[in-house]
Amino acid sequence: MSEPIVRFENVSKRFGETVVMRDFDLDIAPNEKLAVIGPSGSGKSTLLRLLMTLEQPDGGVIYVKGEPLHHMWKNGRLVSADQKHLRKVRSHISMVFQHFHLFPHMTAIGNVIEGPIHVLGMKRAEAVARAEELLDMVGLADKKGSHPSQLSGGQQQRVAIARALAMQPDVMLFDEVTSALDPELVGEVLNAIRKIGREQDITMILVTHEMGFAKEFADRVIFIEGGRIVEQGPGAQVLSEPRNERTQAFLRAVLG
Amino acid sequence: MDIMRFLPTLLDGAWITVQITVLAILLALFMGFVSGLMRLSGVWAVRAVASVYIEIFRGTSALVQLFWMFFVLPFFGISLDPFTVGWIALGLNVGAYGGEVVRGAIQAVPRGQYEASIALNMSKWLAMRRIIVPQALPAMVPPWGNLFIELLKATALVSLITISDLTFRAKQLNDQTFQTVEIFTLVLFLYLAIALVITGVMRIVERWTGRGLARGGIK
Repeated sequence: MSEPIVRFENVSKRFGETVVMRDFDLDIAPNEKLAVIGPSGSGKSTLLRLLMTLEQPDGGVIYVKGEPLHHMWKNGRLVSADQKHLRKVRSHISMVFQHFHLFPHMTAIGNVIEGPIHVLGMKRAEAVARAEELLDMVGLADKKGSHPSQLSGGQQQRVAIARALAMQPDVMLFDEVTSALDPELVGEVLNAIRKIGREQDITMILVTHEMGFAKEFADRVIFIEGGRIVEQGPGAQVLSEPRNERTQAFLRAVLG
Repeated sequence: MDIMRFLPTLLDGAWITVQITVLAILLALFMGFVSGLMRLSGVWAVRAVASVYIEIFRGTSALVQLFWMFFVLPFFGISLDPFTVGWIALGLNVGAYGGEVVRGAIQAVPRGQYEASIALNMSKWLAMRRIIVPQALPAMVPPWGNLFIELLKATALVSLITISDLTFRAKQLNDQTFQTVEIFTLVLFLYLAIALVITGVMRIVERWTGRGLARGGIK
């Protein structure tokens, strides 16, 4: 494996008494499409939230492109990162949420150009042109002037994908992005994700309950339980011929 | 009986009342936003300063604050003219309540909005300015409107530090003419008229801050 773009090294995370990740190690290769599956409370969302810096690890280090994310080097020692370091390393990552979290006071295109203009410092005209391309790519060119409240869940989620992509991240995180959608809207969002996977050089980490999609889309599937990786491998193996009995039990429960 | 002959004098007073109200509103807004945002700071000392301000000005009477600034500050070598004391004291007083209005509205913005702004790699300040505060504004407008009307009514207190506002003029006319019913009824309606203007302006502000958000209604 080439130099990993993301590395979890001995990461642990607790919420009060509950340990959600323990001594967690994971390397993710550039351009890899990684699907993360596991029962509720297994720590799979925490994995993404740690990587987006929405949570702080209690132990261990997460590296992005070789640089520590929540920490920085000072006199040869790792100390807590300051805002400047955090924002520099975080710029490689973007995230799509289960509940979209679009900015309700902005139009669809307003949501997409917000980061490029105010965070990346892009010229407005350029940001608008790119946002229009991205909205077109997710099939929403005609909805650019709509506010989130005027869009369906599937449309909102596709705007959210365009918004994350507009930040030109190296790593995109998808946190159960179809779980809040009506069944008939799931397909359009998955199609948008497939398209990004095909057309962009980008690492994608997806926490998902869509087993069929994970099998077809991901280069690797990891099954997490109790804050540890129980089983991993190509989707066809982990999802169709799981070796570990806990994976088997989980898949039986999910697939019915 | 011509009650209209009282009107010019009362309108002179009303003009002073309006000036004090507007200046105090501007100060209250400023203090409210500054103290409200400070209350949300990650730095302990910043939060403490804001808390001290809010508790002192909320926890003591506006009249005593007015008297204190007018009669006590000169002992410390700070002599302000009554008009200045009037709007500064009222502005600081109402600003303390406003601080809690601002803090409450900002904290009511869903957590996901903060997370989305982190996912766009925004600085805290940028997220506050572009994402959080604009969404908190519509919820702030009605309570601010209440405070402004409270403030208008509290301006009657400044008559006690020799400012010839509406209430001061009314008492003066009453002492001269003893036409108590006419004078104070007229004064009542003048205060009401000013209050209705404030209400009307706040309606417009509410619609303006809620644009976009209001579309599609409450979810």
